[in-house]
Amino acid sequence: MDDHSEEITMQGAICPVPLQHSAQVVLGHGSGGKMTQDLIERSFYPPFKNPTLLRGNDSAVVTAPEGGRLAITTDNHIVAPLFFPGGDIGRLAICGAVNDLAMVGARPLWLTAAFILEEGLPLEVLERVVESMRRAAEEAGVIIVAGDTKVAERGKADGLFINTSGVGWVPEGREVGGAQARPGDGVLLSGSIGDHGIAVLAARGELEFEAQVESDLAPLNGLVEAMFEVCPEIHVLRDPTRGGLATTLNEIAKQSGAGIKLEEQKIPVNAAVGAACEMLGFDPLYVANEGKLVAMIPGEAIDAVLEVMRKHPYGKQAYCIGEVVREPAGRVLMRTAIGGTRIVETLSGEMLPRIC
Amino acid sequence: MKFITEFRDAELVRGVLEEIQRTVTRPWVLMEICGGQTHAILRHGLDQLLPPEIELVHGPGCPVCVTPVELIDKALAIASRAEVIFTSYGDMLRVPGSGRDLFSVRASGGDVRVVYSPLDAVRMAKENPERHVVFFGIGFETTAPANAMSVVQAKKLALNNYSMLVSHVCVPPAVRAIFGSPDNRVQALLAAGHVCTVMGYWEYPPIAEAYGVPIVVTGFEPLDIVRGILMAVRQLEEGRAEAENAYPRAVTFEGNKPAQELIDKVFEPCDRKWRGIGVIPESGWCLREDFRGHDAEVRFDVEAIQPEESPLCIAGQILQGLKKPTECSAFGTQCTPEHPLGATMVSAEGACAAYYRYSQQATEMHD
Repeated sequence: MDDHSEEITMQGAICPVPLQHSAQVVLGHGSGGKMTQDLIERSFYPPFKNPTLLRGNDSAVVTAPEGGRLAITTDNHIVAPLFFPGGDIGRLAICGAVNDLAMVGARPLWLTAAFILEEGLPLEVLERVVESMRRAAEEAGVIIVAGDTKVAERGKADGLFINTSGVGWVPEGREVGGAQARPGDGVLLSGSIGDHGIAVLAARGELEFEAQVESDLAPLNGLVEAMFEVCPEIHVLRDPTRGGLATTLNEIAKQSGAGIKLEEQKIPVNAAVGAACEMLGFDPLYVANEGKLVAMIPGEAIDAVLEVMRKHPYGKQAYCIGEVVREPAGRVLMRTAIGGTRIVETLSGEMLPRIC
Repeated sequence: MKFITEFRDAELVRGVLEEIQRTVTRPWVLMEICGGQTHAILRHGLDQLLPPEIELVHGPGCPVCVTPVELIDKALAIASRAEVIFTSYGDMLRVPGSGRDLFSVRASGGDVRVVYSPLDAVRMAKENPERHVVFFGIGFETTAPANAMSVVQAKKLALNNYSMLVSHVCVPPAVRAIFGSPDNRVQALLAAGHVCTVMGYWEYPPIAEAYGVPIVVTGFEPLDIVRGILMAVRQLEEGRAEAENAYPRAVTFEGNKPAQELIDKVFEPCDRKWRGIGVIPESGWCLREDFRGHDAEVRFDVEAIQPEESPLCIAGQILQGLKKPTECSAFGTQCTPEHPLGATMVSAEGACAAYYRYSQQATEMHD
């Protein structure tokens, strides 16, 4: 700052280039956005590469040696605080696996649960979490058939971490995946966005204001089955968790090579979530959900599917929020409420409150 | 959300846009100074709704982007110290210094925390007497009162373990630098509503007169922005160059006097380097003698580090409308949305990203 000899140049501010973070893991690698994808492509795909893995859907679909297709998924669950309005880490662990299975059109059947417990965790807390898992599993119609327990030294795990893996059966004729999106498909969203992310943030007590928001955490397999009953030809199902709706739709656009056009006005955002996002400088499109799905279905089925979705407790606020288009290939565009158009990008790294 | 939705009313916005269309007779270049306005313009797609005669140029009004790399390097060095809890507004974490950012410091064991207000950092200092809490005090006039208040409070509470790394910048000197530059293309300025909420706009009439440019205090919602543009265009078309207020629901001519007094009590003007622009005289604030005990630069004798900038990116020139993305040697080759080199290619709202996509589309449509 002492260098006064330097001339003022209005040739232009040089916008600082964000770093690529290729040397060590940073929190952004777990954001579910572009940095997570980069890490997977750099560190996991090359050694594990196989066609099933590279499909990149929420669950892998495999064919059993004697025929019949199974869906397999696995998920780690880390959340602070362990209990938040609308849910807890136990319900999250069950719903996470169940929803990943449902999002490839599978009927979830069996789950495993593996626990990493921190030394000193009150057993009462563990038991509340496990009871919540039992109830969520019952609601989703799955059973927990195997498990594992490890204890980490105090300070080396944040209370408890849970891994759940799940296996489901994919009925004949269901071909669901990000690559199946077709121009002309309607883009359906099962309800309001951003509730889970804001509920967890508020529960951390870091906000200087109270936000009356409950997480939307829910198992979606029942809703998915109801949708298949009226529309056997669902092309895409995806639950917009970390990274939010924007990131999920970009994944689908890239997988299918189609474009997606959204109508901002049709996307439901609860008033409290909208207000919290305004104050924090967040965009609800990037805030996590845990009980919502997006579906892409043939245009002629939109009305029938919306009708059954709205009758289901987890799809009451369902809307058709846009359509799959040919161009721009691999991109997501949105017509804004005031009639402009903007590009909707993938979440890059960690979502940060903006100062300006 | 009340008091916001009204200012996003599509009908009202369309009405003002039509009025702009009726008023404009020839091309004009307007600059919105504030990063918050740039964000709102692109988020709502306002730029595409304006008549083609009106070109919006994005100003250097993002305090995160203009913080000099030397100071970021100092922040990284301080944040790496074991006794320090380093607190910052969130988006400062991803701004790179020389090869590292605050994310890297955190991943390497530094205690870096996001706060929403400097007063949270003061509270942290109170609760952690054995640690030293540093707040990265960046921003324009908008954040200055709260930052000043934190130092006043720390002094009152005798919290010797609280200090601020100050990188305050002020709008009017930057505006003078822009209009005084031989490269300047900007013919009217939308002044930053939040800054003027604190400072008023008594600083602007002399600038408008000296450089012959209309200056309109403008808010952040779509309706606020189009109203600001309309008032600026009217002035341009009528050959006037005055300071006007299109954001009267928040801004008065005098501004917030107690806030200004607080700023004046804690800060004094100083020369400040702006990233990518250079040193602008008297363009920033630093702590007055009385408060030097809470100045992190004084508390931590951090060696000046030779800063390294990425040489390829011309994002700043693109943002100012001086160059087109296609004039960048890296555009579309080394720099793509998948492998971005610069913020304008990274960001959802980035000019380069938009150019990359839309120009691709345009080419395909011509084929």
